[in-house]
Amino acid sequence: MAMLRAPITLRDHRLGSDDAPVVLVEYGDYQCPYCAMAQPVVRELLHQAGPDLALVFRHFPLSEVHPMAETAAQAAEFAGAHGIFWQMHEALFANQSRLDPSLIFALAGTLGLSQASLQRALALGTYAQEVREDFVSGARSGVNGTPCFFVNGVRHDGAYTFGALAAAISAARRQAKTAKSTARQGDARA
Amino acid sequence: MAEILPPGRTAPDFRLHVTPDQTLSLSELKGRRAILAFYPADWSPVCGDQMTLYNQLLPEFRERGAALLGLSVDGAWCHQAFSQHRNLHFPLLSDFEPKGAVARSYGAYRDAEGVCERALFVLNENGVIAWSYCSPIAVNPGADGILDALDSMTGTEKSHGHAQGAHHTA
Repeated sequence: MAMLRAPITLRDHRLGSDDAPVVLVEYGDYQCPYCAMAQPVVRELLHQAGPDLALVFRHFPLSEVHPMAETAAQAAEFAGAHGIFWQMHEALFANQSRLDPSLIFALAGTLGLSQASLQRALALGTYAQEVREDFVSGARSGVNGTPCFFVNGVRHDGAYTFGALAAAISAARRQAKTAKSTARQGDARA
Repeated sequence: MAEILPPGRTAPDFRLHVTPDQTLSLSELKGRRAILAFYPADWSPVCGDQMTLYNQLLPEFRERGAALLGLSVDGAWCHQAFSQHRNLHFPLLSDFEPKGAVARSYGAYRDAEGVCERALFVLNENGVIAWSYCSPIAVNPGADGILDALDSMTGTEKSHGHAQGAHHTA
């Protein structure tokens, strides 16, 4: 069973409640068609689970086969540094079929980010380190393709359909609740 | 699943075509660590298939002093097309004639299908197997086992194999 090796930290992009009992970590690539197909599924999972589920997205750009993946990931980090990671994340996936440098700059402009600053950040590789750290943490955790999901730290080896992921999330939620009540009983006894 | 060569064994030497007009032998890598990745066939359709993933991890492998070789029974011309298509920056060797002979010598050949197992070997600087793993044929084993094996070799007595990562061997 492959486990997430790199714990979730404040550097991660996290959507949803801070104390959600279940955290879904996704390793993804903005140019991977399977990742784009998984986006509506992830949105629906978040919608249905409400405060019980949080999402963390980490980059896993396979740039040798997806030439725009690395630039897109760095652009998302740039947006993140300006507090709008998720808006850029959504925009990149929504426009996947047309991804090229000019489109990424256009998206930045639409989101109110400075295109000159983005250009500088990409030229200097300001966010390359973050993207690489995500990639390596994924490889070390057994990510073998994209998208790759971890449900409360356990790699989800099933399909990434709504049904399969929702079942894994429900199981993790039950497990988290049991663990919590066991811990409470333990506290009461102590 | 085949019985692949375990840690502690000397990796059998070989000389195979790496391009239609060039060959490469394992002994040429002596003094460096090597990763041998046997796989069933070029042109796997999935995003981030095994060779694409390893290609992306070459800096991590090099940082740990290891060269990567991919091996399958595909011919040199097929490898060349696949390699160009995926922008691979490491050699793909053709275990083509006699077919699968090298894979057999590592216990990594599937007679029924006539292809290599999805088998990984990490060799130390002396050409001794430090870690090996045979994945179910349809499962991309990822790179975590390789990286763990390389890390556990660091600063250990390399000539005796049996690195800590050996417990991953299935």
